[in-house]
Amino acid sequence: MTSIYPLVKNEVLKIIKKRRFLVVILVLAVLIPIFTYAQLKVAQNAEKQFGTTDWRVTTQQQIYDYTNRLGSARVPEEWKKFMMVQVQQLQYYLDKDINPRSPSGVTFTIGFLTETVSLFLPLLVLAIASDLVSGERSGGTIKMLLTRPVLRWRILASKFIALLLFVSLIIVITIMLSYLISGFVFGYGGWDMPVLTGFQVNGTDVSTAFVHTIDQWLFLIMQGGLAWFSVMTVACLALMVSVLVRSTAASIVIMMASIIAGLILANMASSWESAKYLFMVNLDLPTYLSGQLPPIDGMTLPFSMTILVIWALGSLIVSFTVFTKQDILN
Amino acid sequence: MSSAAERVLSVRNLKKKLGNKMIIKGISFDIYGGEIFGFLGPNGSGKTTTIRMLVDLIRPTEGTVTVCGLDVHEEHTEALKLMGSIVENPEMYPYMTGWENLEHFARMVPGIGQERIQEVVDIVGMHNRIHDKVKKYSLGMRQRLGIAQALLGKPKLLIMDEPTNGLDPQGIKELREFIRRLADEGMSLFISSHLLSEIQLMCDRVAIISHGEVIAVGRVDELLEQSTGKVLIHVDSRDKAMQVLEGFANLEITDAEEVEMAELTKVSDSVVFAVRMDMTEVSHLNHALVVAGVNVHALQIRKPSLEELFLNLTGGESID
Repeated sequence: MTSIYPLVKNEVLKIIKKRRFLVVILVLAVLIPIFTYAQLKVAQNAEKQFGTTDWRVTTQQQIYDYTNRLGSARVPEEWKKFMMVQVQQLQYYLDKDINPRSPSGVTFTIGFLTETVSLFLPLLVLAIASDLVSGERSGGTIKMLLTRPVLRWRILASKFIALLLFVSLIIVITIMLSYLISGFVFGYGGWDMPVLTGFQVNGTDVSTAFVHTIDQWLFLIMQGGLAWFSVMTVACLALMVSVLVRSTAASIVIMMASIIAGLILANMASSWESAKYLFMVNLDLPTYLSGQLPPIDGMTLPFSMTILVIWALGSLIVSFTVFTKQDILN
Repeated sequence: MSSAAERVLSVRNLKKKLGNKMIIKGISFDIYGGEIFGFLGPNGSGKTTTIRMLVDLIRPTEGTVTVCGLDVHEEHTEALKLMGSIVENPEMYPYMTGWENLEHFARMVPGIGQERIQEVVDIVGMHNRIHDKVKKYSLGMRQRLGIAQALLGKPKLLIMDEPTNGLDPQGIKELREFIRRLADEGMSLFISSHLLSEIQLMCDRVAIISHGEVIAVGRVDELLEQSTGKVLIHVDSRDKAMQVLEGFANLEITDAEEVEMAELTKVSDSVVFAVRMDMTEVSHLNHALVVAGVNVHALQIRKPSLEELFLNLTGGESID
């Protein structure tokens, strides 16, 4: 029996030779400086507005802002909930004398991960995952691939392992690039700055019973891990769609549509509670750590992770069953 | 020769149902060591579906395919080690070079190193272009690369689906010689085609398939002999000859078109009949004509082509 290693090597080589990975890196290399610049502008703007760089003053100002707007009748209920949670958190940071937004390469990176995990990172993963199988089918090379003395499940397994490697690599490269690029502007320090985590949001109440401080570097690793987890789920689903659909374009469209649907649903899901069982409203894992309001009441980190695991396993089972059984008719 | 008796591929009662339609309705045939086996049928007759079942791309609804005693669908890995195949067009990864493609497929079979890759490149004569990207190859080059990848594992059986597609006459001639050389070295070859002349020139034995069924299997020359040939009879008197011909059983007077063609070369003021009949009866017919007082100017025996054989067997289904 052939070892799986040469098969994985084949798949990795194909992904690299197709230049898909290069595109992913280029997109990151272009976008991260843009976000860095935007972040810089935001910081400068805040400084101009409050006339100081003292974070205590600006945080106090922000709490005051939110509280004011909470009083307004024109602010939608959803936003009010969000702002009430924010106010309680900011106050807690202030009480503990910890800067919630100490500007550094590390905080930028954490912020970048949190912002991109629900749409942008999945998109990058789709660039690689969506044509893993459908590309072989539309190119006709599937016939060459499956008429080797190798069992079909091993071929799909090698594709899956290669995908796993590249998803991990995308997360690592995203973190490295955003740290290196933003650090150039915000400084490379801040690894041991404290962060508060463990906020528990219950309705509009923020429970601080389990809140504790951890170092930024650990927080980054945790956020990176969660981002990897949710993007890996997307990768599994994309692999399944790629097995089921013959055209790569269709495969990308299907995945993009469901992920974007998730973003839209998350905004109106408070009225449709069972939407929380859909994978796409659960992708935003990193926000749980920073203690923001979940899209639907009752959603927690363990809940979301369980949902994602179920979806990922389900799609892997479908992928392997279909791939090993299906007739290659054209 | 001992290898001649060895059964390399054995197909038994192969059936495939797609939806509610039986596409392949029970195909059986054998291929022996060192033989070139032709698989002939018009487009849409089920050739490609059958080939895909031979290489385990499609699971048959019923029936078995065994290679040297190994079931292709049950012992996929062991059986496919013995086979090399090109199913339809030789589609390779266009973004890799020919060499990289061969390396890719070599990695999927244990024990194939750089030397073997170099060997197959030499066999198909591609050393000049092997390090170019496949997207820059002509169809002929791709065919060669396809053959090279099929040969990587030193197969006992090589399956080629319409291998002459896209080749120029020179390329076809080279391919024919190449296939013969492989067979002489002991490899068995399975070659599908819808081109009768190709099969006739290339193959030792042939299976003719139509509407998902094998309608004839045998040596090409034997099949041709079995079939009733055509005789052109040049006589001086139409009416008398007609009487004699009508008196013969198992004799059929056929298409006028061919008669007209023969009349161009006929002996002056003779009448030409084209008849389909058993060749062993020709001398009896001649005798009968002479006895009846018909002057026979000429008897032309026309050997049937595979095309006529095919039309005979299928009752007129067209083939190009």
